[in-house]
Amino acid sequence: MASTHALASGMGGMRTAGDLVARMQITRGMRLQQAKQHVADRLGCSVLDLSDTIAMHDLRRDFGLGRIQVQDLTYPDEPGAIEAKFHIAETLDVPVNSVECFKRHAGLG
Amino acid sequence: MAQRIPTRLGDGSLVEMTRAEVEADLHAGVEVAARRAKVAPLADDEIAHLLDIFTSPARFSAVDYGDEVVLSFDGAGNADTGLPVMEQVLYQNHHGADMVELWHHDYSYKAVRTVLSFQAQMMKDAQLQTVVPLNYGAMPDLGRYSQPDGPAPNWSELLPLGRIEEARRAQEEAAGHLEHDMLVVAETMIAAGADGLDFDTAGAAGDADLLATLRVVRQIRDRWPDIGVEVGQAAELVLGMHGELEFEGRRLAGMWPLDQLRAVTAAGATIFGPAVNVNTTKSLAWNTARACALVKPVTAESTIPVHMNAGMGVGGVPMSPYPPVDATSRASRALVDILKLDGL
Repeated sequence: MASTHALASGMGGMRTAGDLVARMQITRGMRLQQAKQHVADRLGCSVLDLSDTIAMHDLRRDFGLGRIQVQDLTYPDEPGAIEAKFHIAETLDVPVNSVECFKRHAGLG
Repeated sequence: MAQRIPTRLGDGSLVEMTRAEVEADLHAGVEVAARRAKVAPLADDEIAHLLDIFTSPARFSAVDYGDEVVLSFDGAGNADTGLPVMEQVLYQNHHGADMVELWHHDYSYKAVRTVLSFQAQMMKDAQLQTVVPLNYGAMPDLGRYSQPDGPAPNWSELLPLGRIEEARRAQEEAAGHLEHDMLVVAETMIAAGADGLDFDTAGAAGDADLLATLRVVRQIRDRWPDIGVEVGQAAELVLGMHGELEFEGRRLAGMWPLDQLRAVTAAGATIFGPAVNVNTTKSLAWNTARACALVKPVTAESTIPVHMNAGMGVGGVPMSPYPPVDATSRASRALVDILKLDGL
């Protein structure tokens, strides 16, 4: 069922910009079009690009937003998981709680 | 003889209907919603679009380019690996989840309290391994606080005896315990790095269940303005197990989705999840049309994202452990297309 919804109507998560749009919704309470526009503006791309895996694969690399390792592609020299969320917070201009916790625990100010 | 089209009933069973029968069911589902909840019927072009979706011979149906929505996946993970943190990574990487949710298999805030430190450690570990927003979720589940499982007198036993006032006091007592537990879990999860809290199936035990949830949402919003809060409803109608409870001057019992949205928004939630239960003996077309009519006023008015519940047995998705792909994709597309949802 989860996969069916993802294919029928989902943005695509980390393969696209789905998680970035979701972050504006859950943190700022932005409705979909507003959240999509905010993310597109911050990334300098079109709203249609946000659901496009090809466009977002490169954009996520450029902004250090994290990419999913697949069979033949690994990204050991790119930001992963918590590291990527530092960049997401900065790129979207929105606080990310786990990043703030990480900074506090690591003594990063 | 009219061509018969494969479709589903609400229990997922395969049936064949003619185009005229599907169209009649669409109108009937809308009519039931309009009559019971006093909502406007769907427009002719919306019915026509639903008819196209539900009479298509295709095995799968999907929204148009650019109309994709955010999937918040409450209860992310299948629990089949026995590795709750890894389940979040799997849903992120393999299921296209835009947001995920850590949860305990006894999906209740009262139960979570007893293992909170372990759940919080999982949250901290999971946050280090995920990129998508990661919430913590459970049910308010007020009934857990009634005897013999909890401290408050059992209002379900008192009500049939006509002991109405005692039943009301019992629910108020239980709601106090529930608020305390939900707030403690929220506080701990936020300290562990959670992006948000999900109060899933709010109102399942009636108006006192929902009131406790709204009060906690308000406290979270006041104390942590950047933390997300999703409130997913249990049903299309709030049951008046108490009957007299209000939130900000509005009686909770008998609220349909639009009034539920107003209460949830006033409390400070950032995502609202309306729920419309499936009638297992009615067709997929009937159930989805009814759900669309009930929730249409919500998306028209809302100022916060609306993520409709579309799991097994709600939002037109058949009540089955394995909802068929043909039915689920049609319900998914229909809800997004007609309601202009922000997510599912």
